[in-house]
Amino acid sequence: MTRVSFDVNGETHQLELDTRTTLLDALREHLHLTGTKKGCDHGQCGACTVIVDGRRINSCLTLAVMHQGDEITTIEGLGTPDGLHPLQAAFVEHDGYQCGYCTPGQICSAVAMLAEVKAGIPSHVTDDLNAPVRLTNAELRERMSGNICRCGAYSNIAEAISEVAGRSA
Amino acid sequence: MRFEHPATFNPIDQLKVIGHPTSRIEGPLKTTGTAPYAYERHDVVADQAYGYVVGAAIGKGRIAAIDLDAAKAAPGVLAIVTAENAGKLGKGARNAAPLLGGPEIAHYHQAVAVVVAGTFEQARAAAQLVRIDYVKGDGKFDLAAERDHVSVPDPKIGGPADTAIGDFATAFAAAPVQLDASYTTPDQGHAMMEPHASIAAWDGDRLTVWTSNQMIAWGAEDMAKTLGIPKENVRLVSPYIGGGFGGKLFLRADVLLAALGARAAGRPVKVALQRPLMFNNTTHRPATIQRIRIGAERDGRITAIGHESWSGNVSEGEPDMAVSQTRLLYAGANRMTATRLAALDLPEGNAMRAPGEASGMMALEIAIDELADKLDIDPVALRIANDTQVDPEHPQRRFSQRQLVRCLNEGAARFGWNKRNAKPGQVRDGRWLVGMGVAAAFRNNLVTKSAARVRLDQQGRVTVETDMTDIGTGSYTIIAQTAAEMMGLPLDKVVVRLGDSDFPVSCGSGGQWGGNNSTAGVYAACTKLREAITQKLGFNSEEAVFADGAVRSGNRSVPLAQAAGAGDLVAEDAIEYGDLAKTYQQSTFGAHFVEVGVDADTAEIRVRRMLAVCAAGRILNPKTARSQVIGAMTMGVGAALMEDLAVDKRHGLFVNHDLAGYEVPVHADIPHQDMIFLDETDPISSPMKAKGVAELGICGVAAAVANAVHNATAVRVRDYPITLDKLLAGMPV
Amino acid sequence: MRSFSYERATSPGDAAAAAAATAHAKFVAGGTNLLDLMKLEIETPAHLIDVNDLALDRIEETPDGGLRIGALVRNTDLAADRRVRRDYGVLARALLAGASGQLRNKATTAGNLLQRTRCPYFYDTNLPCNKRKPGSGCAAIGGFSRQHAVVGASDACIATHPSDMAVAMRALDAVVETVRPDGTTRNIPIAELHRLPGDSPEIETVLQPGELITAVMLPKPVGGTQLYRKVRDRASYAFALVSVAAIVQPDGSGRVALGGVAHKPWRVETAEAELPNGAKAVSARLFADAKPTRDNAYKLPLAERTLAAVLREARV
Repeated sequence: MTRVSFDVNGETHQLELDTRTTLLDALREHLHLTGTKKGCDHGQCGACTVIVDGRRINSCLTLAVMHQGDEITTIEGLGTPDGLHPLQAAFVEHDGYQCGYCTPGQICSAVAMLAEVKAGIPSHVTDDLNAPVRLTNAELRERMSGNICRCGAYSNIAEAISEVAGRSA
Repeated sequence: MRFEHPATFNPIDQLKVIGHPTSRIEGPLKTTGTAPYAYERHDVVADQAYGYVVGAAIGKGRIAAIDLDAAKAAPGVLAIVTAENAGKLGKGARNAAPLLGGPEIAHYHQAVAVVVAGTFEQARAAAQLVRIDYVKGDGKFDLAAERDHVSVPDPKIGGPADTAIGDFATAFAAAPVQLDASYTTPDQGHAMMEPHASIAAWDGDRLTVWTSNQMIAWGAEDMAKTLGIPKENVRLVSPYIGGGFGGKLFLRADVLLAALGARAAGRPVKVALQRPLMFNNTTHRPATIQRIRIGAERDGRITAIGHESWSGNVSEGEPDMAVSQTRLLYAGANRMTATRLAALDLPEGNAMRAPGEASGMMALEIAIDELADKLDIDPVALRIANDTQVDPEHPQRRFSQRQLVRCLNEGAARFGWNKRNAKPGQVRDGRWLVGMGVAAAFRNNLVTKSAARVRLDQQGRVTVETDMTDIGTGSYTIIAQTAAEMMGLPLDKVVVRLGDSDFPVSCGSGGQWGGNNSTAGVYAACTKLREAITQKLGFNSEEAVFADGAVRSGNRSVPLAQAAGAGDLVAEDAIEYGDLAKTYQQSTFGAHFVEVGVDADTAEIRVRRMLAVCAAGRILNPKTARSQVIGAMTMGVGAALMEDLAVDKRHGLFVNHDLAGYEVPVHADIPHQDMIFLDETDPISSPMKAKGVAELGICGVAAAVANAVHNATAVRVRDYPITLDKLLAGMPV
Repeated sequence: MRSFSYERATSPGDAAAAAAATAHAKFVAGGTNLLDLMKLEIETPAHLIDVNDLALDRIEETPDGGLRIGALVRNTDLAADRRVRRDYGVLARALLAGASGQLRNKATTAGNLLQRTRCPYFYDTNLPCNKRKPGSGCAAIGGFSRQHAVVGASDACIATHPSDMAVAMRALDAVVETVRPDGTTRNIPIAELHRLPGDSPEIETVLQPGELITAVMLPKPVGGTQLYRKVRDRASYAFALVSVAAIVQPDGSGRVALGGVAHKPWRVETAEAELPNGAKAVSARLFADAKPTRDNAYKLPLAERTLAAVLREARV
């Protein structure tokens, strides 16, 4: 057992955990923040995406004890059913989901992805590595490819994100 | 309510709520992570322990010995259940292979133990300490090798193993233009995002499970049968399901082992199948080998059409009915189909989205494209030339609705099909060879009994309860729309509660029957509630109008909140069907158009444009229905280009058994998708005049992709998935 | 996952010493590969040394005009670095072709180099694998081997190295800087870091027990047109079937390294002499000793065609 404390959605949590506990399981099983989903537990689906210190990561592939002092944002920290984050509202409006299981990961990923674009981080499909980054359709789809949606809502997800990003898909 | 005659005008036809592109009513829960899925129910029962499943390490054989000592001694371990100590288990009517194996092992990763411990980490670690000695048996894992050692099955669904009309052999031999080609489709996995997961809790001899299951009543029944307890003692709750696609139609190992683990540990137990176990432990869409022969006149009219299919399964497993659509899709006087089943020891094959038609259309719709090439006729025109408005096997049976021709024509116009170069390998856009492909979409509409209970309360709210499930299909929303339309209420005055075996038994989610039948069941219940209300108010039920939150008759109007009176008004009913499905053929139709680019150097295939035009009865909610179709199109792209459970024929398993190895499409694989519904109502189908739509979307897509790849490259690939290695030899130098 | 003890290292030397002093110790940084394997008990460390607090997360210019990339620099940051984008385009491209945005945010430079194969038989503990369990055999040989090595493999192992980044670094002649448990440091040319499987595929690098990668040094920029082409079935979030890292100079000379074909980034310097003669000639040298399986024989024409496409693009 190891002690760790970190902030989740602005609230500090002190936990005493089996060192083997992933950040994902700490959130879901210990803090009962079950919005973050376990789809594969091996970094192969993106359902567990959370934002740690401003960056999106797969919470299944990191140990909770490695996050001492970190600031973690989960889907619960973005909005509530009565106060949706603009991306959450856009997902509802564009039907950017079906079963809903990959959805929190998609939305957390999209929030951080838009920040990455703003920060000028290039992607695999960026034509000119030395020019400013623009969020084209191809850029959006490449950058979101770490979030699998087996229901196949991709086309709608792209439209939801595009709307929030201020452009058309 | 019996539905025996075609529907006439009814309250649904008002279309005040039905038919509108309403956003999902549960959307705010799903997008905020507050919709509770099975494994997350910390709220329902205290003191939950964790179960971790051990899967068989061999493809076929038996367990010689199990040593649990080390595992039992591991920290936190509460119980270990194996076939040795589980007590006598039955088998659910819908399971072929036993869910808990041992001593006989039916397939790789068949569950052989569940280790229950205080924490997930403890259970996982202890599971690795379970020592099992196996004796390997001789398994059969190679469908192609077994092709000549097959049986004639007696399929439970999808028709007889052999069908014949006219004289296929003679007509085919005499046909001036003949196509005789073989195709293969691989084993495919559902790969839904939420693993099979359950929490089980016993209260005396009563069991409650919070699980992820598409068919609540089947699950409860098969659980009771497997455990040998009365059905009334099993409650199954499944309000949110993270994808199913047929993979969660049945009782599976997670829920059985949670129940057994909870009994053994004396505590509630939760179990989720670990992802690397899922592909071999659960069911999959079986691989097929298909041979299609078509004889045609030079003008394109089909005179003979034959479709044979071979698939394999475990003992008691069913064949894949890949020939189904060929009996109905195109005209032709002489016809035959044959379905054969090989005994294989791979994991159990079973339903996956549009079982039968999905794999069958993958082959048939390439065959039609190949025939069009031989005839030098446009493939859209060829399909239109062979349209039939009657069941070709029983010409007195008409299709209730069949707008295939319109789907094809409208799709061709919207897609710019006239810009397609019929000669393959001609169009280039930079490094890309570009091609267009088309395929028909076809899937039958199935009608089945479905019940619901509706309750009007003093706040004027109507609560609908049915064991129907929402697996991403939009059930919550269309059921709410149905009740709102029937009762003259705004949507926010309707509460929908689903997925609980305490509720009336619905059709459940499968076979694209859920939308039409479950709402028809709600229609029936609401009809009864309307009668109860009018009766209570002394209104003439014929004249009563339910609108704007009130019921009106003549110049009397009473708010529904008042109508309930002192207590709730409850009505329960089911839709039950007469012979209309026999007298008419009920099917759904569509046309898929796809444009692909194939990299001229590497032969990488990327989809550039997709369009589907569908005719599937009344579309209850164009927003959620469209999502069903585009989702199915996406899965069809996966089937066309990447999905393949690779069989190791020596060890007897699907090797690529995780989401890195079994590739499904990602964002970058899917372009913007266009999807159009033709205006259609089908009064033969149900009072809703709706039909299924969720599986239509996958039928034919893969072939449209395949045909587009051929149009782009002039290389014809008949073995799915179409990957670059199969194209390279034919690519331009 | 077996139980392990956990510590956070405070200096590279201490980390290396601790690793050597503790039985079955492993360093953890990004964790994206190690934890994946620990969950399956393919990796079973008894002690984890978290190196994330070490000040190894900077990219510095070296006196000879190159770059020194700290071992903990995340893949995202390395690809986004303005100097890397400008002067080492092949490296930025390779990094961005790998994994997903989420994984690149965690994965580190050193961890990427040391990631283990994605061979499905390596990942299934029920099946033989000499890399996972020396002497147990290789199930990939004679099994499903569509993604496996076509060159440099052995009768013991036909796994590939999955990294994209390492392929680009191989083309750039990067040098790996390490610290050993005794506190001494050494520089290992990347060509020598990874081993071919031979009869001991479980030994993947020349690193000694406890040896910690502290940085990767890139020589001063070599200019030229720098390209990285990754070929895969799925458009993204997939390992390479074949990849080509190329640096082509205006005179037609250059360097090429390939991924997805061998147990290590595959570069054959003598093949580069053939660059002016085209992809076929280069490919003939690169794959002179190729021994593909039936499943992966396509990689030979695919590699040649991909190389041809890259060379064509470089010369446009």
